[in-house]
Amino acid sequence: MAQDRIRNFSIIAHIDHGKSTLADRILELTHAVADRDMRAQVLDSMDLERERGITIKAQAVRVEWKGHQLNLIDTPGHVDFTYEVSRSLQACEGALLVVDAAQGIQAQTLANAYLAIENNLEIVPVVNKIDLPQADPDAAAAEVADLIGDDASHVLRISAKTGEGVEDVLDAIIERVPPPAGDPDAPARALIFDSSYDQYRGVVAFVRVVDGRFSAREPLRAMALGTRFEAEELGFFAPTRRETGMLEAGEVGYVITGLKDVSRLRVGDTITSERRPASEPVPGYKDVKPMVFSGLFPTDSDDYPELRDALEKLKLNDAALFYEPETSQALGFGFRCGFLGLLHMEIVRERLEREFDLDLIVTAPNVAYRVKPPNGDWVEVHTPSDMPNEIEEVEEPYIKASIIVPKEYVGAVMELNNDRRGRFDHMEYLSEARVHLTYELPLAEIVLDYYDALKSRTRGYASFDYDIIGFRPGKLVRVDVLVGGEPVDALSLIIHRDSAYDRGRMLVERLREEIPRQHFDVAIQAAIGARVIARETVKARRKDVLAKCYGGDISRKRKLLERQKAGKKRMKQVGMVEVPQEAFLAVLNLNDEKKS
Amino acid sequence: MTRHLYVHLPFCAHRCGYCDFVTAVGRHEQHGPYVDALLSELELERRLLAPELETVFVGGGTPTFTEPHALERLLVALPQADEVTVEANPETVTQELARRLRAHGVNRVSLGVQSFRPRLLRVLDRVVQPDAVRRAFYHLRDAGFDNISFDLIYGIPGQSAADLEADLADALVLGPEHLSCYELEAKPGTRFTHAHGDELARQADAMEAYFEVVVDRLTDGGYRWYETANFCRAGDRDLRSHHNLAYWLGRDYVGLGVGAVSTVAGRRWRNTPGLSRYLEALAQGRRPERELEQLSREVQQRERVMLGLRLDEPLVLGALAGVLDGEALLRLERLGLVESDALTLALTQRGRFLGGGVTADLLA
Repeated sequence: MAQDRIRNFSIIAHIDHGKSTLADRILELTHAVADRDMRAQVLDSMDLERERGITIKAQAVRVEWKGHQLNLIDTPGHVDFTYEVSRSLQACEGALLVVDAAQGIQAQTLANAYLAIENNLEIVPVVNKIDLPQADPDAAAAEVADLIGDDASHVLRISAKTGEGVEDVLDAIIERVPPPAGDPDAPARALIFDSSYDQYRGVVAFVRVVDGRFSAREPLRAMALGTRFEAEELGFFAPTRRETGMLEAGEVGYVITGLKDVSRLRVGDTITSERRPASEPVPGYKDVKPMVFSGLFPTDSDDYPELRDALEKLKLNDAALFYEPETSQALGFGFRCGFLGLLHMEIVRERLEREFDLDLIVTAPNVAYRVKPPNGDWVEVHTPSDMPNEIEEVEEPYIKASIIVPKEYVGAVMELNNDRRGRFDHMEYLSEARVHLTYELPLAEIVLDYYDALKSRTRGYASFDYDIIGFRPGKLVRVDVLVGGEPVDALSLIIHRDSAYDRGRMLVERLREEIPRQHFDVAIQAAIGARVIARETVKARRKDVLAKCYGGDISRKRKLLERQKAGKKRMKQVGMVEVPQEAFLAVLNLNDEKKS
Repeated sequence: MTRHLYVHLPFCAHRCGYCDFVTAVGRHEQHGPYVDALLSELELERRLLAPELETVFVGGGTPTFTEPHALERLLVALPQADEVTVEANPETVTQELARRLRAHGVNRVSLGVQSFRPRLLRVLDRVVQPDAVRRAFYHLRDAGFDNISFDLIYGIPGQSAADLEADLADALVLGPEHLSCYELEAKPGTRFTHAHGDELARQADAMEAYFEVVVDRLTDGGYRWYETANFCRAGDRDLRSHHNLAYWLGRDYVGLGVGAVSTVAGRRWRNTPGLSRYLEALAQGRRPERELEQLSREVQQRERVMLGLRLDEPLVLGALAGVLDGEALLRLERLGLVESDALTLALTQRGRFLGGGVTADLLA
């Protein structure tokens, strides 16, 4: 189709602001889905595709409206995937910015709206859910107009639920969003904005053709990674898969590559033709590195092979997931996993538990550190026990946090951020009632419980988003925990020097409560190097006997001792000390940590 | 052939809150039929017993609460033995009863003293007064008993360290040949635990030291701490409870009566704890219903270790080494809790205070 009849767009919305419902209405209105086939939230529904034997998820759907081809490109929903979002936006010329009429702009909407503006996208502002009784469309429209520097009268007011105003949205896309402007005769270039893995067909790339055209069976190359492959099949989704054999400049579609490793075709890379290769890739490719690390251990050590297989399978679909085997004295065999951020970690953990039915121990997350030993080279450290004893310099990742909050909570948020080593950056009023704050914070300060703390100090009103801005030097130390004089690897942590004392004390106190009394005094210490910063003692038992044992008691007492012995066998031996696994979990487990 | 016989008399004047033995309150009309049943059971099991027994132990319940005629009939019918013990509650011991016991061959009496503090006795639901203990003790002495044992309980809710010292001193003044000292076990779910559990939890730390006090005072007073909870006067006479020693040395024993346990040749069985079922079966000349447990060789060895380490004499290892955890043994030796050579194993003094946990550690 001629490029001037093509419109490529995304929908930017905060979670629950109506992105999926609007997408469904659009498909319905354009008859992309027959009414009897209409299922709620087609774009998000993996089950529907599974029923039809397709595991390829539609990341972009093509519809027809008044003689135009509209491509709706789905964007991942979270801050951890900012890079992926930005690549998806790069594949578009316009974006619908959808805001809930009752809730107004949220931090995440803001972040993605800025990304869209940076990518020079035409923003079509939409206030959704005007049918809600508590809706305040005027206020929401004013906020949105203010954000994008537009007039409030240009803001569309709709209800995706009832369908009211959705036709206007489609018309606005055609009128306001510019058509693609690539060169159809130039050497072919296509931006990969998403990819997935199908167990029969291999890696499936979702692409936006920038210049030229691609045909089936054509030898291709990914320019950044240099991966060579063949286009086994080309086409688009509408919303079911339609094979076309060809994709042209301005169009959006899929390429089935047959590649068996998702990491060989990365989001942001550019595909070109081997026959007549382009000289320059589409700009913006980055090698995304995990920033948050956590240990994943099976609760039952017999499940280790299952966990390994599950991670392998997840990795096929998730190039950003990193993992390597880790052995912990306390938790046995498991994996140290790297994630883009907290949500990514949560998603992986949830999929492992839900899709693979694994019972997991997830250790409290830590960030990646860059460490320079004296007279050595910089190394990246993913786990505290790998931190060298001698350190000349340490750097930790920093984020720019964006927080939107009703003005009465600004003080509370500032206090929280100060506690978390935050540096104030900027504050502006989005409206009379709502304030947008930006702060620079060490990522380490938010990985544990920042979001919960923020929610509780703002009664749930704060919305939060962040972006990693790089590594900066920090006054960081490694705190070791010693039980009966023996260091416990799994309990070491890297922490800012100023918090080391409090945290060390908290750890040893917690352990004292969890370690049962033994036949001797057990010292529990927290130490920085050789310096002990906190100490507790589990006092030895003075008496441990079964009082009576006569003819009628023998069987019962024997069973009691056997149970006691079985309990001891389940304990981990740290030197002479028997420590129940639960004791480590109380200190390590992410869930418990959040509760404390 | 079995040389040790236990006979259970379940009747009591009332039930004490902390007690978890098989007991029956009152039921005077059943005392006679119950003794009949015991005697029939004795006939049914006589082939298990050696012609000459080493020990007979009549326990309860409160054996001396049993109707005098019924009790007498039983004592007359029981086989002779070197050591014949009857358990008695102080308030039941009259001059008359003491004489009768003696006349029927009883040569050892175990008195359920528990405490000499009236306040603590009330906590235990005991109706006895401390004077009754002394009176009972002298009745027994007058009747010629030269082997009397006291049961004492420590760790009673509200018992201070001074209370314990006073109880021990009062017992030492009387100077029984033998003492059994038990920490009060508050079994979950009992009326007693319901009433006193909070108090016990509050006292738990302080009471840890009570066991040490008991052992110190009694050994200082000339007693031998020969078993975890048992003490006997040191000297030429071996005043240990030979009946109980049989359990701890892993000997076979036959138990008669409701809820009684027997262990013979690798088989252990427990009679039904239901009094009427027991009576009914034996009235018809049948054995009572039993719960049977087959003891494998390994289980018997584990029990030998568990029981043997309760004693102050080293356990002779032999084949028992196979059921021990070698690593744990080395660790416990290093901690000074266990002493072992190639042939024997013994707990040290400190090891004995931790005997339960140490034994659990030692068993493979």
